[in-house]
Amino acid sequence: MIIAQRKSIPELLSIVEKHRKVLVLGCGTCVTVCLAGGQREVSIIASALRMAAKLNDLPLTVDELTIERQCDNVFLEQAADAAAKVDAVVSLGCGAGVQALAERFADKPVYAGLDTSFIGILEERGMWTEKCAACGSCVLHLYGGICPVTRCAKHMLNGPCSGSREDRCEVDPNRPCAWQLIYKRLKDIGQLDRLSEIRPPKNWRPSLSGGCRTIIREDHRV
Amino acid sequence: MKPEVFQPKIVAFCCHYCAYASADLAGSMRIQYPPNVRIIRTPCTGRLETEYFMKAFENGADGVLVAGCLEGGCHFIEGNLCAKRRVEYTRAMLEEIGLDKERLRMVNMSAAMARPLADTIIDMVETVRKLGPSPLKNGRLLQECGS
Repeated sequence: MIIAQRKSIPELLSIVEKHRKVLVLGCGTCVTVCLAGGQREVSIIASALRMAAKLNDLPLTVDELTIERQCDNVFLEQAADAAAKVDAVVSLGCGAGVQALAERFADKPVYAGLDTSFIGILEERGMWTEKCAACGSCVLHLYGGICPVTRCAKHMLNGPCSGSREDRCEVDPNRPCAWQLIYKRLKDIGQLDRLSEIRPPKNWRPSLSGGCRTIIREDHRV
Repeated sequence: MKPEVFQPKIVAFCCHYCAYASADLAGSMRIQYPPNVRIIRTPCTGRLETEYFMKAFENGADGVLVAGCLEGGCHFIEGNLCAKRRVEYTRAMLEEIGLDKERLRMVNMSAAMARPLADTIIDMVETVRKLGPSPLKNGRLLQECGS
């Protein structure tokens, strides 16, 4: 799932200060689960914005709404009436949600209220970790299901780097060495022989190097 | 003419199992505490979310007091510890907004601590009095309270 975190209130206020009436629009999918942009966060951030605006003598009115999903045109219709009543929309969705809104509401300024951070999982209560870099060419089958592209600080495909201390990464001792995890995992599943093969440099063409990517499924197109 | 002393309005979220009972005990023991607090009973301070505190301030409260059980003594095991973290998060957010974080405070006490509760309330009222009226005044809460 997409993991994001809120922008600070002063930054948000500086983004919307020129407007009189804004809509804080939440998204009920990924950012609700990572506690950044769901209904509850919409309420908190809208309250915070109203208070900060008042303390700065700004005549700002803040509306609130949360829709099921911002990155899907079907659900964006739910926000059409609310968006029509305001000068600008502050999206608490991920970067995809913000851009979908901006395309749908072409005459309305749409701002990002969150910093979209990464694709990850809930590691433990209140803690999310990055697991996937969306590199476009998955190599997880070679490394026992542990991604060296994302989880090794040096993105090494032929590790370890020899800088790790015990099972800790030398770049950040709070982080486990991805290659230690890969070795243990491959040993556990009886596939250590995969490490005897030297992997060639990764092909980054399916990644972001050529600009934004598009996937077309002809069998589903109309 | 004598200048009127500022009487802060403080919302006190009190846990049913401790602070609310100690407020009750304070009444039975005829212990006086300032009438500036509006006590709201909660089943556990773990029930309180950040938006509760935000709404209180937005509606014009001068201060918010959260009173939960002693650490380790929560009726629901760790509700007061959840509240502690949420209060800290909200205090940081209040600073971002530009409100003094001392307007929000959490304390821990047992149902037998009537005197400490009264002292806590007196201390909170004095703290908020020194900070002055909330710059967000004229919210709904104050209008409803008739001031």
